Amino acid sequence: MNRLFSPGHTACAGCGQAIAARLVLEVAGQNTIIVNNTGCLEVFSSKYPETAWGVPFIHSLFENAAAVASGVEGALKYLGKKEGINIIAQAGDGGTADIGLQALSGMWERGHDILYCCYDNEAYMNTGCQRSGLTPFATNTTTSPIANQSFGNIRLKKPMPEIAVAHGIPYVATASVGFVQDLQRKVKKALSIKGPKYVQVHVPCPLGWRHESNLTIDVGKLAVETGLYPLIEYENGTLSGSRQITPKPVEEYLKVQGRFKHLLNNPSAIKQIQEIADNNIKKYGLKLVPPKAGLI
Amino acid sequence: MKHFLEGSRAVAEVVKLCKPGVISAYPITPQTHIVEELAQMCADGELKSEFINVESEHSAASVVLGAVAAGVRAYTATSSQGLLYMAEVIFNIAGMRLPLVLTCANRAVSAPINIWNDHQDSISLRDAGWIQLYAEDIQEAADLHLIGYRLAEDKSMMLPVMVCMDGFILTHGIETVDIPTQEQADKFLPIYSPLYKLDPQDPITMGSLVDPDYYTETRYALAHTLKEALGLIPKVAQEFAKTFGRTYNGLIEEYRTKDAERVIVAMGSVCGTVKEVVDEYRSKGKKVGLLKITSYRPFPAQAIYESLKDTLRVAVLDRALSLGSFAPLAAEVKAAFFGKKKQPKVISSFIVGLGGRDITKESIKEVLRLLTAKEVIADFIDLKPELLREDFS
Repeated sequence: MNRLFSPGHTACAGCGQAIAARLVLEVAGQNTIIVNNTGCLEVFSSKYPETAWGVPFIHSLFENAAAVASGVEGALKYLGKKEGINIIAQAGDGGTADIGLQALSGMWERGHDILYCCYDNEAYMNTGCQRSGLTPFATNTTTSPIANQSFGNIRLKKPMPEIAVAHGIPYVATASVGFVQDLQRKVKKALSIKGPKYVQVHVPCPLGWRHESNLTIDVGKLAVETGLYPLIEYENGTLSGSRQITPKPVEEYLKVQGRFKHLLNNPSAIKQIQEIADNNIKKYGLKLVPPKAGLI
Repeated sequence: MKHFLEGSRAVAEVVKLCKPGVISAYPITPQTHIVEELAQMCADGELKSEFINVESEHSAASVVLGAVAAGVRAYTATSSQGLLYMAEVIFNIAGMRLPLVLTCANRAVSAPINIWNDHQDSISLRDAGWIQLYAEDIQEAADLHLIGYRLAEDKSMMLPVMVCMDGFILTHGIETVDIPTQEQADKFLPIYSPLYKLDPQDPITMGSLVDPDYYTETRYALAHTLKEALGLIPKVAQEFAKTFGRTYNGLIEEYRTKDAERVIVAMGSVCGTVKEVVDEYRSKGKKVGLLKITSYRPFPAQAIYESLKDTLRVAVLDRALSLGSFAPLAAEVKAAFFGKKKQPKVISSFIVGLGGRDITKESIKEVLRLLTAKEVIADFIDLKPELLREDFS
């Protein structure tokens, strides 16, 4: 049997990115070309002489998947073979929001028919958990360590979905490995639309986030259910959908992860993080409103 | 057919004959005219390539990398900072064995920023695994693109080729150029058929992570192929001569070196000036010659040895520096003679024409005056001592 993304690769137990990459490719199917930035995913799936990929796969450099994919798309168009072939460029959060942002912006602006998937595990995990532009506020990473003068990362996550929307691209969504059907529906929808698409998938990393490896899906769910990782969709620049939640307090998400352990005795930091969640809930209208009696 | 053309236009005309499927480039002086011409040809419908405007040279190189990986011929051009910004991708393209042709309109490297010609940009990327060919005039620059694609796409090579042409001097100069017909070009350069490509019908993984168990062999294979290119380049040049009637050796050109007592070794457009000086000296009975290096990578050490082993004195002109060491071309010319019984009595090294400083016939004559029994190492020609201060303590 030709698997599109085979098991037996070298990802860590409970790796959210490995699950998400498989789920994305399951939807895209055999007629897909994958262009991958350097990062965990490329490292654990393509070590010579083995490969996990049952579809054409190319890895070039850390920051250029969006540009390489643009060239692949151009070549297929020239050959008259683009029709029916999905091109997916993919990268981690550092490869997307930091070093790869310029090439990605170019790809969006030029309007290539490419789905770009960012697997967001919120730090440079392949090099041992250094902070990236998508590392959340107050996270303990090796380059935003906690100490007398610091309680972790001082910045908020870079608003990548909004940056994508500002490019005028037809489809932008966030998803989570904690919500498989939602993720796969969004990938399917993205691939049905011509032009550049951006899907950012939240993928817990047991090693970097320091949670039990059997909790990957649960941790992913908690990020969404607290409002810290809103699942949203923009179609042609308009917010067209958001996953409704009955918000849980942020401590429930924070307390299962070593990267936030230092915050548990710090009520003011927790308050700040709760505010981030509350702002998301308000901004994207995430709060589930129970139907009023008599209207059902 | 012969035309009176700007160098950039001539190159664009020949690139058009090569029918690249994808062209991608980013504006930088003095390369820009080439891709402007190509963009116009695409806009006019004369050229069917996908022309992809990008936000940087890094992406230009990445786009053509992806295009070749997906199975089409591709083209890009750049200069100076642009080439250095591409550097990471340049190494990657060679390592992935993707046959591409890139024009480097040679320009100095910043700082200080300077848009004029020298060879520092391409020389700085000599170790990337590309074939590097240097043009003397516009005709040769144009021809080297056809030769370049043939070499790059030869199944025994599968390597990228950088055609280096002196910025402004060749890109903006105007000469009479013979542009071949499409039939001639098609006869010499068949439709590109890749060995491997990204194809959902036959999925492969490209750009794998390679650990210490295998990495050395991939680099050995690159080194071995570049050595073999020393044999292939003259063969392709001969085939070129058969089709187009212009003869190149491809590796070197010997100009009046046979009985020469003094020979100047150089690359690029300065060779034209040197030839004039050689003719002048010869007319006065002085035995002077020129050895032009066309192929800097692979470096034709054996051909250089054979050519110069009986020459009394050799002057090597470098239009770039390897700061903190010997001049790059001179060091390698010397290495070609190391440990050999026959060798010139003197191999002197001169730095010329940095950042667009003119190399006049007088400059070449100064080199010949300084080419005495006493070896000279990296002597700067046409230096202005009045601009230098040594009293900053």
